[in-house]
Amino acid sequence: MTLMTNSIFSLLGEGRTSLWLPSNGSNFAGDIDWLFNIILWITVFFTVLILGLMVYFVIRYRHTAGRMPEPSTSHSTTLELTWTIIPTILVLGIFFYGFRGFVDMMGAPPDTYDIQAQARTWGWTFTYPNGATDENLHVEANRPVRIILQSSDVIHALYVPAFRVQKYVVPGRYNRMWFTPNFIRGTGATTETLDFYCNLYCGQLHSNMIGKVYVHTTEDYKKWLADAADWTKKFTPLQAGENFYKKSGCMQCHSMDGSLGTGPTWKNLFASQQPLADGSSVLADENYIRESILYPAAKIVKGYNNVMPSYLGQLKDRDIDALITYMKSISENYKGSPDDLNPKMPPSVPVQLNPLDPIIH
Amino acid sequence: MSVTLPAGQVYVPGGGGGKPAPAGDNYLNHGTSILSWALTLDHKRIGLMYMVGVLSAFLLGGTFAIGLRTELFDPSPFFNKNSSQAWEFYNHMFTMHGAIMVFLFIIPAIPAILGNMVLPLMLGAKDVAFPRLNLLSFWIWVLGAVLFTFILLGGVVRVSVPAATWNGWQAALDGLHIGWILPGGLDTGWTFYTPYSTSKSTAGVVPATMGAFVLGFSSILTGVNFIASIHMLRAPGMTWFRMPLFLWAIYGTALIQILATPVLAITLMLLMAEKILGVGIFDPALGGDPVLYQHFFWFYSHPAVYIMILPAMGIISDVISVHSRKHIFGYTFIGFSSVAIALLGFLVWGHHMFVSGQSPMANAIFSLLTMSVAIPSAIKVFNWVSTLYKGDVRLTTPMVYALYFIVLFTFGGLTGLFLGAVSTDVHLTNTYFIVAHFHYVMVGSTLFAFLAGVYHWWPKMFGKMYNEKVGVIAATIVFIGFNLTFFVQFIAGSLGMPRRYATYPEQFHIYHQISTIGAYVTACGLILVLCHWISSLRSGKKAAANPWGGNSLEWHIPSPPPHDNFVGKPIGNDPYDFSQWKETGENVWEFDPSVSPTPIRARP
Repeated sequence: MTLMTNSIFSLLGEGRTSLWLPSNGSNFAGDIDWLFNIILWITVFFTVLILGLMVYFVIRYRHTAGRMPEPSTSHSTTLELTWTIIPTILVLGIFFYGFRGFVDMMGAPPDTYDIQAQARTWGWTFTYPNGATDENLHVEANRPVRIILQSSDVIHALYVPAFRVQKYVVPGRYNRMWFTPNFIRGTGATTETLDFYCNLYCGQLHSNMIGKVYVHTTEDYKKWLADAADWTKKFTPLQAGENFYKKSGCMQCHSMDGSLGTGPTWKNLFASQQPLADGSSVLADENYIRESILYPAAKIVKGYNNVMPSYLGQLKDRDIDALITYMKSISENYKGSPDDLNPKMPPSVPVQLNPLDPIIH
Repeated sequence: MSVTLPAGQVYVPGGGGGKPAPAGDNYLNHGTSILSWALTLDHKRIGLMYMVGVLSAFLLGGTFAIGLRTELFDPSPFFNKNSSQAWEFYNHMFTMHGAIMVFLFIIPAIPAILGNMVLPLMLGAKDVAFPRLNLLSFWIWVLGAVLFTFILLGGVVRVSVPAATWNGWQAALDGLHIGWILPGGLDTGWTFYTPYSTSKSTAGVVPATMGAFVLGFSSILTGVNFIASIHMLRAPGMTWFRMPLFLWAIYGTALIQILATPVLAITLMLLMAEKILGVGIFDPALGGDPVLYQHFFWFYSHPAVYIMILPAMGIISDVISVHSRKHIFGYTFIGFSSVAIALLGFLVWGHHMFVSGQSPMANAIFSLLTMSVAIPSAIKVFNWVSTLYKGDVRLTTPMVYALYFIVLFTFGGLTGLFLGAVSTDVHLTNTYFIVAHFHYVMVGSTLFAFLAGVYHWWPKMFGKMYNEKVGVIAATIVFIGFNLTFFVQFIAGSLGMPRRYATYPEQFHIYHQISTIGAYVTACGLILVLCHWISSLRSGKKAAANPWGGNSLEWHIPSPPPHDNFVGKPIGNDPYDFSQWKETGENVWEFDPSVSPTPIRARP
């Protein structure tokens, strides 16, 4: 029996104890799962009751030759009151526990660790208190985290199923969510990677707007934060530029091999003449690129739409410099030596690409 | 009245204008020219024209449902090698599917087709209160439907042909100064959420909302007509509490249509004002509030959910009573629960925004009101099941659909509890759990009730019977396919699968595969239903005036009904008292005036 239960749960995937719900990853999961299961049992009970009665009546009173309906009442105040009052009590109970759970989710403790989340079409930037930024969410186990959500363009939603938390990311205002992540794989594991999703439809690549949540131990988190805050210690500007290209959402729209995308390709872009929508043209130099990253609507390239979100406040100057370096490296119009762009540095750590990211051919 | 008829003709009532008609004359052959259909004021013909239009829309919406399930069979792109373009195509497909199904199928299906067809017959009236308004409402619907479909299909074509081809067409039409005719399409989903719809989406938003706006007027006119008809045209003796429950349900629906639809019109006007004139209402870049749009939108669209389900519940009440030969159980409770659902339906819109950041107090109120909708729904289900008790249950095709309806509505209704409770909704909102829940209610319940109603009134509408065995088999295939498609989506959703995703992480693969197979099975079942209808029209045997032994007034007149429905005013009676009908053959019931009806107060 135990063996059977174990094998069922191993089918479900590691850490999961229910067919219905993902692994229990935060302080809220216990309460919400409890209510979910209560409602599930109410559902099962009433389904069996209603369908059982229905099937029984259909079989017991089905038509046969010569059969007539038996006389029976067509009204019973007692029965009507019974099936009015019992559901009323049940739904009031469900309402009460549902709302109580929600109140817990509203009241963040005063000592939360605050992370800024910036959503844009189609990606995320999480900014940590020490200035580190990343497209994935890194949190410390057993410490309350508050995420302050803001959007660069349209409404998105941050949804972490394992934590049972979700909130719309509304442009023009801050929304907040909090939770305390916990470990579910017991001792020994240092990180737990979980999925988070954008869960409010935001356009073409909505389904690529997903990422990972890393739950770190305290020491591991400190180390990760320090490394993430300063890429100059680990990467050359060229390597960092390529990382930003892949991680900040650039590659969603701009190809690096000349193929068409939502935005102009970066191949041979640097130092070329770009025709603009108003009929003029502009030299794609450092200033133009910087302007296009921070104020994308200022100059629109002919044939493209004004859809790029601004990266103002998300990419620092040295990050933009790294991106420009990367653009130079893939432009034939740049006449400098490739060696200049790539000084000797420690070996780079390749960026793990999300397999769902679109590959622009 | 003495009438001279040509030799060999027999007098039958209902020739129109108070005149008699030759034998065999009915509303279907009363006039044969195209104009006699296009400009008809006959509610039955208008109902049939709606049926053709609405079912064509259903076919189109269904095709896109199959298309998007095909894309989702596998997380890799299916319709285009380039994944970005495949995802864009998918976004146009799901918008197309949702918008067509909601605005062109579910909202008009039962009121406009079956309501038009049987409401005056049930009332004992010659037509609806305002026949010209009824015809106007149909043509407004056609106008809105053509506009809406054109815009949306344009987008699907645009993303499926190479950009160069499309630009070529655009240039050619620009040369003729009619470049604006090429629609950009719509990829916002049927909800048109701002600011995406106003700032980022393709150019189709304004014309598409215009289409929805026009369709709304059609809906309002139908609602006005039905309310006036029910108030003014009830046959003598038909008190409010002797109306068939379908009419109570239609009455509740019509109330929602005239009170809520104007809000949609206002919302869409504001959307257009923002998009065209740049007035900042919803777009934060212009100083607006994007969540305000969601409140406006759901203030209409949540009541609209009850426009979809209430008439379905009415059909089920009638079908279950007639086909189990039993007086409906708890008439007054069912009637009042329809009105209660209609009114409560106006007060729950905020439950769509539990995670938008609105105040906890608003969430508490909306959650409590949402929960309260469960009570009248439960009352109805228990009354339907009690009606079967000690009856003479006949498993005809309409009855089988009605029983399947109870199963699906039970699932759909009870899973609403998970979503009405705020804390569980935080986890489940916008996941496939929602998708499964509303498909159980909107498709499972409304579509099955619609099919139950079509089969129930089919002999009355066309004067033809159909093969019950094939009908039941087709119903069962649709039922199995439907559950295969949507039950697994509850599991995928509670595990965190977001809706409106063109691709998905590997852990959800198995659920999507089962779901897609289920969609194909459902499609096969529905194609069988269509073939079944065609074969009945071509070779069904002639239907009696009353094939089921129902007692509401439409069963007292010939099938198909004559042009004028009734001669003089019929007398309203208890529609669920079947004691005066005797079964004299297969699907033939004769009225026996020698039996006196069961007195209302003395019923056992």
